Amino acid sequence: MSTFYFIAFLSIFFSILVISAKNPVHSILYLILTFFTFTIHYILLNAQFLAIVNFIVYMGAILVLFLYTLMLINLNKESEPVKPFMVKVAGVFGGGILAVAVASSLKLIGASNPVLLQNPDLGLVKNLGKVLFNEFLLPFEVSSVLLLSAMVGAVLLATKEKEPKAA
Amino acid sequence: METTDLIFRIVLIVVIFAISLVVAMYSTYAERKVAAFFQDRIGPNRAGPWGILQPLADGGKMFLKEEIIPTNATGFLFIVGPSLAILTACIGSAVIPWGSAIAIGGHTFDLQVTDINVGVLYIFGVVSLGVYGIMIGGWASNNKYSLLGAIRAASQNISYEISMGLSIIALLMLTGTLSLKEIAEQQHGFAWNVWRQPLGFILFLVCAFAETNRSPFDLPECETELVGGYHTEYSSMKLGFYLFAEYINMFISSAVMATLYWGGYNYPFMDNFAAWAGPNPAAIFGVVVLFGKIFFSIFFFMWVRWTIPRFRYDQLMDLGWKILIPLAIANIVLTGVISTLLK
Amino acid sequence: MESLSNKRKVLEVKPLNFLERAYLPAIVGGLSTTMKHFFKKPVTISYPEEKREFSENFRGMHSLKRDENGKERCTACGLCALSCPAEAITMTAAERQKGEEHLYREEKYAAVYEINMLRCIFCGLCEEACPKEAIYLDGDIVPSDYLRKDFIYGKDKLVEAPLNQ
Repeated sequence: MSTFYFIAFLSIFFSILVISAKNPVHSILYLILTFFTFTIHYILLNAQFLAIVNFIVYMGAILVLFLYTLMLINLNKESEPVKPFMVKVAGVFGGGILAVAVASSLKLIGASNPVLLQNPDLGLVKNLGKVLFNEFLLPFEVSSVLLLSAMVGAVLLATKEKEPKAA
Repeated sequence: METTDLIFRIVLIVVIFAISLVVAMYSTYAERKVAAFFQDRIGPNRAGPWGILQPLADGGKMFLKEEIIPTNATGFLFIVGPSLAILTACIGSAVIPWGSAIAIGGHTFDLQVTDINVGVLYIFGVVSLGVYGIMIGGWASNNKYSLLGAIRAASQNISYEISMGLSIIALLMLTGTLSLKEIAEQQHGFAWNVWRQPLGFILFLVCAFAETNRSPFDLPECETELVGGYHTEYSSMKLGFYLFAEYINMFISSAVMATLYWGGYNYPFMDNFAAWAGPNPAAIFGVVVLFGKIFFSIFFFMWVRWTIPRFRYDQLMDLGWKILIPLAIANIVLTGVISTLLK
Repeated sequence: MESLSNKRKVLEVKPLNFLERAYLPAIVGGLSTTMKHFFKKPVTISYPEEKREFSENFRGMHSLKRDENGKERCTACGLCALSCPAEAITMTAAERQKGEEHLYREEKYAAVYEINMLRCIFCGLCEEACPKEAIYLDGDIVPSDYLRKDFIYGKDKLVEAPLNQ
């Protein structure tokens, strides 16, 4: 249990660093560390497949692309857009609502039961695959269609529009 | 875990670590020798007989060179880069089965550090992490050539990881397991996966070249365009680490390739040999066979490097996205159809 | 434009066929070529241990010759120094004393004869200018050294060994 608290502390610590870091590239690097602690959380839950997929997809691919973009656009203080006053007010308001929602939901839950896995092997590849392709086949396929449509959309946005032929 | 088992594990880790470092060290020597032979030359032959001590001399030189950290570099990340590169190169060896079990005094010891049941994916994760060393180092150098090298490395790795993953999926459809140990055991004798997955193997091989940044895909360090690529600003042992990481990566990916496709520690007539010589010598011979395969594969990496010129960047992307990925998907479909028909 | 020499060849660029576009056959061809070279004998000559045979007219380090009786031929006329385009040669003349007849052929000889090997371009003009056939560039390659001053070769290094040794 102490491992959990230590890792949980690290994840929160790094996620605070993500939003407080001055340099956007540093902030992405902290985000990578945050995701790494998430991977450890999954391993602690014996969800090996989820852990490794989080590792490959988030740390190995998505954040690499984040880093890639940030390196290219070279954000710094000078290029930071000035936020108008209204946006700041809206931000504070939105944050306050989120805080209220989180606080109230925590109060509703009260002391939660310690999470116990009914089946500790649930996170292994074989079991997870069986669950995904039997019980949750439809949502699984629907989400893959969602990804496919996103991909098609990206390709569509990226292709140049063909110039109309000169009449 | 038992004490003897724990001690054995620790010994195994140290031994594997040492072996990968030595192999990487002598790969640099072999690279120069092989290059020389391909070009009708002799190669390094001054340090010791046949130049055998050359890697030590090189290493000593690297350590004694002046350390330069550019003034405008991000100091901490500049050091993190090469450290991460060599770390990710080394941890890949943890899941590779180096041989079948050996029995000593009633105990059986697996010649594998740990057999996690998502071994293949673990290798993937480590490989995809490997690009961070290059990216962080390239960015922290605060040099446009380094940055361009880092960016090339990132986009190249991401692109080729996809086709690599797809080529492995076809293999996993046949093996039905993600554990490298089980995959190795399934290829008992001469039933190597390469006979069942020739196209998949070729795809994997091409992607392995791209992932280890080896020629013809060594664009991140393309000296004709980018000075030194991501390690332009590096000197001394930090540069050494980057170069070393490449060779360790080559060793590990050769080992993975041998395990996934070339039967790992299996060899033809291994049962007959085991019956004749006893299980332990047979297991040790299996390790030798695996290393033979690995060394041939490393030689092949070098052979290709000294034959094929570098790709242009757009050709690289075309190859990755327009040829390898469709081929890999076709391979998956083909494998699925054939294995269903044969059932 | 009309070609005058008729040497112009019109190249026909054919689109690559499938095998050519597939990379792999070409790569296999390249690999086999390099493999052939792998088993060829290296052409390297490991220099200090093995030496390539010099050609007839190779010009190496200078040597000051002696005649058939072992006397130095050089008479310090200075023609070699004059002919030298790199001005590498310098010398001091001296008169032969009584009792030195077995050492020097003429009445005048070079007491100091120095060639700066860093300046010398091994053109062989000194050899051609010499009226006494006293200097020839028939030696080996000039060895390397650490200091510039060590490349100024005096008579100790240039004069041929005496005959009776």
